[in-house]
This record gives sequence, structure tokens and C-alpha cells, in this order.
Amino acid sequence: MAVAVGRPSNEDLRNLSLSGHVGFDSLPDQLVNKSTSQGFCFNILCVGETGIGKSTLMDTLFNTKFESDPATHNEPGVRLKARSYELQESNVRLKLTIVDTVGFGDQINKDDSCKPIVEYIDAQFEAYLQEELKIKRSLFNYHDTRIHACLYFIAPTGHSLKSLDLVTMKKLDSKVNIIPIIAKADTIAKNELHKFKSKIMSELVSNGVQIYQFPTDEETVAEINATMSVHLPFAVVGSTEEVKIGNKMAKARQYPWGVVQVENENHCDFVKLREMLIRVNMEDLREQTHTRHYELYRRCKLEEMGFKDTDPDSKPFSLQETYEAKRNEFLGELQKKEEEMRQMFVMRVKEKEAELKEAEKELHEKFDLLKRTHQEEKKKVEDKKKELEEEVNNFQKKKTAAQLLQSQAQQSGAQQTKKDKDKKNASFT
Amino acid sequence: MSELVPEPRPKPAVPMKPVSINSNLLGYIGIDTIIEQMRKKTMKTGFDFNIMVVGQSGLGKSTLVNTLFKSQVSRKASSWNREEKIPKTVEIKAIGHVIEEGGVKMKLTVIDTPGFGDQINNENCWEPIEKYINEQYEKFLKEEVNIARKKRIPDTRVHCCLYFISPTGHSLRPLDLEFMKHLSKVVNIIPVIAKADTMTLEEKSEFKQRVRKELEVNGIEFYPQKEFDEDLEDKTENDKIRQESMPFAVVGSDREYQVNGKRVLGRKTPWGIIEVENLNHCEFALLRDFVIRTHLQDLKEVTHNIHYETYRAKRLNDNGGLPPVSVDTEESHDSNP
Repeated sequence: MAVAVGRPSNEDLRNLSLSGHVGFDSLPDQLVNKSTSQGFCFNILCVGETGIGKSTLMDTLFNTKFESDPATHNEPGVRLKARSYELQESNVRLKLTIVDTVGFGDQINKDDSCKPIVEYIDAQFEAYLQEELKIKRSLFNYHDTRIHACLYFIAPTGHSLKSLDLVTMKKLDSKVNIIPIIAKADTIAKNELHKFKSKIMSELVSNGVQIYQFPTDEETVAEINATMSVHLPFAVVGSTEEVKIGNKMAKARQYPWGVVQVENENHCDFVKLREMLIRVNMEDLREQTHTRHYELYRRCKLEEMGFKDTDPDSKPFSLQETYEAKRNEFLGELQKKEEEMRQMFVMRVKEKEAELKEAEKELHEKFDLLKRTHQEEKKKVEDKKKELEEEVNNFQKKKTAAQLLQSQAQQSGAQQTKKDKDKKNASFT
Repeated sequence: MSELVPEPRPKPAVPMKPVSINSNLLGYIGIDTIIEQMRKKTMKTGFDFNIMVVGQSGLGKSTLVNTLFKSQVSRKASSWNREEKIPKTVEIKAIGHVIEEGGVKMKLTVIDTPGFGDQINNENCWEPIEKYINEQYEKFLKEEVNIARKKRIPDTRVHCCLYFISPTGHSLRPLDLEFMKHLSKVVNIIPVIAKADTMTLEEKSEFKQRVRKELEVNGIEFYPQKEFDEDLEDKTENDKIRQESMPFAVVGSDREYQVNGKRVLGRKTPWGIIEVENLNHCEFALLRDFVIRTHLQDLKEVTHNIHYETYRAKRLNDNGGLPPVSVDTEESHDSNP
């Protein structure tokens, strides 16, 4: 059946004007309502040396105490510790995952420091890719563990970036949105801070490190993002303790020479960080992770898979053909394995059977032997019995004969005495 | 498939059960601003919506679409010259429009199916439609599976299919049942009783009941499908719609008349003016609210998460891969679970 299909191309799109209220302006609300009911995921990775204030900053940012013990400095290598939390504010549920780098910067030889971090990030992308490639998948309620933002904590030396920082950031910039921040900023004086910041930014630029750019394409946020970008990297101070200032309690750090207020913009950039990270750009961070970093990972990964197959044609493999080839290969392997297992099973069965037969034969032999022995013994016993009986018989005969003799002897003796008596008597008369 | 890619490196021990620390929030963080952020983003990118209208000629499909979107979206077929050839087959015509309201931009595509049910022998006339729908899924799948893929894959999949039932007053026709049986598995079908002004109120409610019963007896799941109700709230809301309002009995019109001092859309007859948006007269307002104001996003999501995923799973399973779409895809339809 012939079908004529009219495909809408961009030139065919007519701009129509509405003559009344249709009502699809509620679409964003419908979309948002759906997302709200499912909840949002947000995953932050904190990279920085031990003791630089990562946990404290997270506590301060999210206004709560995430329980964790401070790490020691004796870790043999860098490992990542991830913790998930569920926060709720009005009707928004947020699944927050905070990943900590434990032991970063503590080793004597720091060559391998970035490897575990890169591996972790890749593993999250891989898990998502696996889910996406599945035949039966459920992406809409997949718990997204990909890292959306990486807060890189720079030590407040006041001079410049450490080489470890540069190397790590360079490795991570194509995989995750990096937001550099200067930790423990209350140890730097104000004039030094400005110099430090510009030194850091120029070093990042000259080394080609791509940090996260706050989006300036939309009018409502462009202005605030532009003004905030000037203050990068944010110099932050974290604190969960409250100090009385004036007549209010505020988060602050108390020193003998004064009080550093966390939420005072003159003292540090904490408020700016919170604005940028959570209140303005959280959605953009998530989107960038998905559309830029994840797509890049996926592309590289699939190309890797695609170019593994050798093909006589020099045509580049498209994913479809790879899929098919891999699947056939997989099925073939599966079949081979099945055959192997079957063979092995048959062999084992045969072996066992042979063993059993051997055992059976042995048992039979034993039985025969026993039987024979038994027979022999029986015969012996019977013989002995016969002998015994004969002996007994003989004995009896002898006994009776002896008795007879005895009784005869007695009788004849008695007769003799009687005869003697008679004779005597006769002689008397 | 996991055997074929190198084993993902073991993730560090993540306590999969999240610790709920609701009560310890000591102050306002600002997480709920994500709603605003999302809303702004979606308004910027705009929405796609593809609606298909199926029904025999003369049931008022084009008029209804025009009334729904309050603009001249489709050209009415009545402007055809009767001497023009009646299409011998079912044609599929997709026309795209861009409409904007309240800052929200929508790219609306109306897919018309002239020729459906018009021939003498209507056997298999749903096949071109089913094929078109599957072709859109295939296009999307191909884009999704690309190595270097676009930031936003153009969505031409049919989100909603309005099926126009002729107001005979008796029951559904065999053609209606066949069509809906085949297509309810691949697309969201919303049955609509056309030209409802030919029935009185009692006739209307009886007809609706009969139609509902017949659909149930034949196992036809129209949108909103029972199995996709997510929570109790959805279920009660959708149950009410399913058992009372659907199928919507509608009247369409793009002419305005003066009624009680207001200008309303309506149809003028010698015995009165039928107001399209008056709930006492017909259920157009219910249909409009249902499709546009409350369930538009849900229609798109069911299409994406369920119908498209079903198609994808079948596709990847059947042929062990993704060979190019062949013209003859009929075998794959029957094995549709």
C-alpha cells in the first residue's frame, strides 16, 4: 500500500497566532510536577587534601550535620567515600550524594592520586551507559550517580596552585564540572586574596584547564552569573558553630582577634558559592553533566567498542552493526560455553560411572571370597563334628563294653565265692 | 550485554539506602529553587507535541483540531473539490506549526489520515498508520543509538492519537474495534465521539456506556491506561475519567456567535446555538483540559517511557541488532507483547 508522508521541515513550520487561551502554558508546570514527584538527584565530589575543610563546608552548605569522622593522614592511597542523603525542602525531594576523596595529597609519592578519582567518575558514567544500552531498561527511575559538580579545594598558601592541583584538574576537566574554591580563606588577608585569585585564574588559563562556566545565555541568570564569575575562585570559610553577633546567632568562627562570619559577603564568598551552586545553577550543572561530559564519555567508549572489530571493509562501523556483531559473538560464546559444560558434564558422569562399576566389581569379589571362606569353614566344622561324633560313639562302645566286662567279672566273682562257699560247706558235712 | 564491555571498576562502597535526615535542616538552603531553574530551562527549549487524528471523512477531525488549538491548524477537507480523486489509500499528512502562549513555545504537529475507512474494502487500512508510528520510533531509536548524537533529538513520535467514533448511537463498528485493538499497543489512543450534537443526553450517556463496555470486552486499553497509574492519586483521578467521562463526546467549531452578551465558539442551528465550551452542551472543554492542560506532559512521557521502550526492546531483541528498517516489517507487529 503506497503511503504518502509529508514530513515537516523547518521551512514548513508556520507561525500561528492563537485566537484565545488554549492552556498549554501550563506545560512547564506539568513537567516540573512530574519531576518533583520523582525527586531530584544531585551528586557532589569534593577533592582536596585531608583537613582542608571539605566535610565542614558540606555541612555548612546544606545546613545540617552529615555524620562522618575526620580521616587520618595515614591512608596508603586515595580512596573515595560516597554517602547518600535524602533532603526535603517544601515539596522538593533531593537525593544528595557527597563523594569525598580520602587521603588525597597525603602520600609521599602522589603520582597515582588522580587515578581513583577518574576511575570513580568513569564508573558512574559506565553504569549509566550500561543502563542505557540495556534492552529492557528503565531510565526514568534510574538513580543517577554521575557526578554533577566537583568542588576542588585549593590550599590557601597565598602563592599559587600546587602542581598536584594542576595535574588533577587537568585530568578532571573533561569529565566533570570543576568549580575551584579556596578553602580556609580566613587565613589570607584581603589584599593577598585578590592577588592569589588572579594568580590562580591565570595559571588555570595558561594550563588550559576548563573550569565550569556559569551559563550566560539566558537573560534572567546571565547578569548574576556574570557578576559572580568575576569572583572565581570563591574563597570560602565553613563553620557549623554559631556565634552571637549583635542580637542574632550566625554561623561563624571565633578568634581572639575577631569573628569571621560565614554568611557575611565582606568576610568570605560562601554566600556566592551557595547561590551559584544551588540556587541558580543546579539544574544547569546537571544538564551539562548529561549533555556534555556524559556524551563525550559515551562517544569515546562506543568508538572504542566499535573499532575493536576488524573488518575487511574500511567503512567505519556504526553502532548498529557493532551491536549485531557483538550480539552474535556473545551468542556464539554462550553456545560454546554451553557445549563445553555439557561435555564436561558427560565426561564427569562417565568417570563416576566407571568408578562405581569398579567399586561394584570389587564388592562382588569380596562377597564371593567371603562366601567361599564361609563354605570352607563350614565344611571344616562339619568334619570336626563328624570326627567328634565318631569318637563319642567309640567311647560309648568302649564304655558299654567295659561295663559289661565289669558286670561279668562281678558276677563270676560272686559265683566263684558262692562256689567256694558251697565247697566249704560241702566239706563240712 | 555486560559481558561484552570491560567490567566496570568496582564502585566504592556506597550505602545504597540513603540516610533520610529530614529533620536536621537548620535553615533554608534553597534546594526548592531547582523547580524554577527547571521551569526556565524548559521554557527556553520549548516543547514538541505530535497529535494524530484518525477517523472517517466528514467526522469533523480538522474542525476539532482547529478548535482545540484555537487557530487554523488544518485546512478543512470540505474545501476539496468533489471532482478531485478520492485517495485510493490511506495517506499520512503531517504538518508542523509553532505556537506560543505565555512564553511557552510549542511545536505542534498534526498528523492527518485522509482516506481512513473511506474505501469499500477497508481491510488493513490501519497498517499504513501503524507503519508511520513505528517509523517515527525507528527514527528516534536511530538517533539515540548514534555515537555522536544531537543535544536534543527531534521528537516526531506520535504522542496522542484521537480516534473519532461515528455517533451512530448503537455501538462501535468492526473497523473501530480492529483499529483500536491494533494501535492501542503502540500509541496512546483517546477515543472521541464526534459530532455529538446529533445525540440527546440520554442517547449520549447510553452510547458512551456501550462503547466503554465494548472496549473493555475487547481488551482495548485506551489512554490513560490502567496499568500505568503510578500512585493512588493518579489512579483515582484517572479512574474517574476512564469510567465517567471517556469517550468524550465533542462538538467542534471555529465560528463565533453572540450568546448572552458574550462571544462564544458555537454552531448555529434553527433550534438554538450549541456552545462548544459549555459543559452542558458537549464535553469539548473536558477533552481540551484533559489533553492540553493536565495530561499533555504525561502523554509524552507514556509515549517515551513505555511505548518507545517497548518498541526499542522488541527491535533489539528480534534482529539481534539494528539492521536498516526494511519495508516489510509486518512480522514484527504480530509478536508485539
